[in-house]
Amino acid sequence: MTAATEPGPAPGVPLLEARGVSFSFGRGSVLDEVSLAVHPGEFVALVGPNGAGKSTLLKILLGSLPASLGSVRLFGAAPEDVHDRWRLGYVPQRPILSSELPATVEEIVSAGRLRQRGWWRTLRPEDHDAVHHALASVGLGDLAHTPLNELSGGQQQRAFIARAFASGPDLLVLDEPIAGVDGESQRKFRDSLVHLIQEHGSGVLLVSHELAAVARDLDRVVVLKRHVLFDGTPDELAASGVSLGVHRDDLPLWLEGLR
Amino acid sequence: MIGAIPLPYPFDAAFMQRALAACVVVGVFAPVIGTFLVQRRLSLVGDGIGHVAFAGVGAGLLAGVWPVWTALAFAVAGAVGVEYLRMRKKASGDLALALFFYAGIALGVVFASRAGNGSIDFETLPYLFGDPFRVSDAGVGAVILLGTGITAGVWALRRVLFAIVTDEDWARVAGLPVDAMNAALAALTAAAIVAAMKIVGILLVAALMALPVATAQLLARSFRDTMRLGVAIGAGSAVIGLALSRPLNLSPGGAIVMVAAALFAVVAVAKRTVPLLQGAH
Repeated sequence: MTAATEPGPAPGVPLLEARGVSFSFGRGSVLDEVSLAVHPGEFVALVGPNGAGKSTLLKILLGSLPASLGSVRLFGAAPEDVHDRWRLGYVPQRPILSSELPATVEEIVSAGRLRQRGWWRTLRPEDHDAVHHALASVGLGDLAHTPLNELSGGQQQRAFIARAFASGPDLLVLDEPIAGVDGESQRKFRDSLVHLIQEHGSGVLLVSHELAAVARDLDRVVVLKRHVLFDGTPDELAASGVSLGVHRDDLPLWLEGLR
Repeated sequence: MIGAIPLPYPFDAAFMQRALAACVVVGVFAPVIGTFLVQRRLSLVGDGIGHVAFAGVGAGLLAGVWPVWTALAFAVAGAVGVEYLRMRKKASGDLALALFFYAGIALGVVFASRAGNGSIDFETLPYLFGDPFRVSDAGVGAVILLGTGITAGVWALRRVLFAIVTDEDWARVAGLPVDAMNAALAALTAAAIVAAMKIVGILLVAALMALPVATAQLLARSFRDTMRLGVAIGAGSAVIGLALSRPLNLSPGGAIVMVAAALFAVVAVAKRTVPLLQGAH
């Protein structure tokens, strides 16, 4: 939890690895022998039709749901045993934030530093620097003191990405972060992810249907429908007739066809 | 009893000064806790816990124990119980509250009627409606001590509590101690209700947790300012309500809450009509 014990991403060891993960609910099988890995510096997208088990897989990967079978390693350990949780940055699908009570963008993003600093401690100047750096990297530097509920949907989503950035995570997991977000926000979103990967060597797992904005930056695409249908580069996916970038509708249509 | 310090009417009498000190302290710590409860959409949880505390008062009267202790035990158990049901999703927050709310008040009535040989004991009234005019020096001291402890506790935990009440799922993934902090907030809420019950009354203490915060959030633009403004409005309502209650012969608890409610109404209307305030959210 102190700077001295800060482990950087170790090369070779996957940041996140699922091996033969299965999950059943009642009599139905939700996930069947799913394996995937995210290595340092890797940008991986997880896609699949609705009901493919993406949310369930994500819960298992993050340690909030136990797998029926198989194993998950986060930073080389069982998710519940990971002490340095700040190494994991997480952007939830639809953050549940009561819009009634005012909270500034800076207040929300500062929460991203708590685990690292020790939640009982006061934030130090370097924490505030990290918060402002995170805000700048998602293009919200000027809106630090603006109440979150005065921001557009895309700006709000970038604030939650900044909260995940604030701890300088080794692994960033994003759950449908740009659904219905405007074009400018999508570009800034893409730039900030690439920045994190290049500057920090972090790994990114992006669960999304809209990959057009990041199509050229992805290292791998994993297609899930109860089990892994495809795991390879965007080029390999294109060779099988599915393009991520050129025709925005290709991927969603194809995914729809998988149902 | 300590003698009166020279203050203008209606605070010239020693009993009014004790009441003033006690009510202002309640007006400060209630919104501090309330800021987190309102954010979590649990504005009524204070009321539910208050009803459970009333069962504790009845139990204390029946057992011949100082009712504050039994009320504290019942309130903490009730607060943790509501939190447990809410977390485990055994019942919706609303239903969990209703369960404790009504079971608590019924148990209190049963206990108190047993203690009073079939009729509701007269001794329960100060707990239900508050009686700051009759609070002793020791009582004022106890409220100040408890209030300081509660405020200091919430202040120390404010950052992590903020992170949890704004986005609990994220906080869990981020490795923050969500369950422990929820229990701590529940216990602090229970302590706050018991500390305030003989001052403004079990039936009205929850109002001071919610109303000043509701007014503050109409004006403030950050969480920090919401809490600060809530405290100012809570303390201000206590002073004004108490000042009105003596000459007009009003129940102080009722007068304080009426002032807090009136302030909300004035600010809400002003915000709609005064252009200057309309930029504020």
